[in-house]
Amino acid sequence: MSDAIPILKIGSTLLVSIQVDLQDTTALRLQEDLAERITTTGARGVIIDISGLEIVDSFIGRMLATVAAISQVLDARTVVVGMRPAVAITLVELGLSLGGARTALDVDRGLALLESDDTPSAGATLLDAAKRRAR
Amino acid sequence: MTTVAPTTTQRLEVRGDADVVRVRQLVRGVAQEARLSLVVQTKLVTAASELARNTLVHGGGGHVTVELVTEGARTGVRAVFADDGPGIADLDLALTDGWTSGGGLGLGLSGSRRLVERFSIDSAPGAGTRVEIVTWSR
Repeated sequence: MSDAIPILKIGSTLLVSIQVDLQDTTALRLQEDLAERITTTGARGVIIDISGLEIVDSFIGRMLATVAAISQVLDARTVVVGMRPAVAITLVELGLSLGGARTALDVDRGLALLESDDTPSAGATLLDAAKRRAR
Repeated sequence: MTTVAPTTTQRLEVRGDADVVRVRQLVRGVAQEARLSLVVQTKLVTAASELARNTLVHGGGGHVTVELVTEGARTGVRAVFADDGPGIADLDLALTDGWTSGGGLGLGLSGSRRLVERFSIDSAPGAGTRVEIVTWSR
């Protein structure tokens, strides 16, 4: 049985740092655990730190893209951070995209990216105002 | 081909998920021994990961042999992935980007071919599959 990857909650953000050579079952479990934690905590953002990963193959790449898609459905954004340069070069040659996952160089920049997303746009403000009136 | 002399050969069974990780670690170790650059190592290990997963998922398990090879002054890594599974009926189709026999992204074979210097595949329906990859130091 593979070990679960810990998910930390910081404010409205979930932070995952993958520090092990990821087995397929561990990757799938992380995908499910994250979906669960987004709904139970109401998190708005997910940061996945992959600086510890020596490779990202198509299975891990698909897991990251799937987490991004699931989080989007659950009204949260996913940012993948810390990709090593050799991993980035390999991913491009492999022909893999991370789907809707956004990327940032490190956790700091990932957090900043999520914060800038949270700044209410005009549309969101109007929507919020409409919701308040409806109550 | 000129003389390619294997110096060490290591063999791993691929029967489960954890074995795919073991194959990655073995290939990385031999790649470091062969003094491949970090990018070339990463490409090779990624290709090995894809192929080991194919051996497990599509071949129903099998084995992998990894060798440090030399040719003149240069060193390299050769890895062979073999299974006795159902085999591949249409190799050209299987090597097409995006084509998948089910579930995957269809990048395992076609993608891993791009990540190594030499890639050869031998397969027929009912006869299993054997994929050989080689990457050399610069």
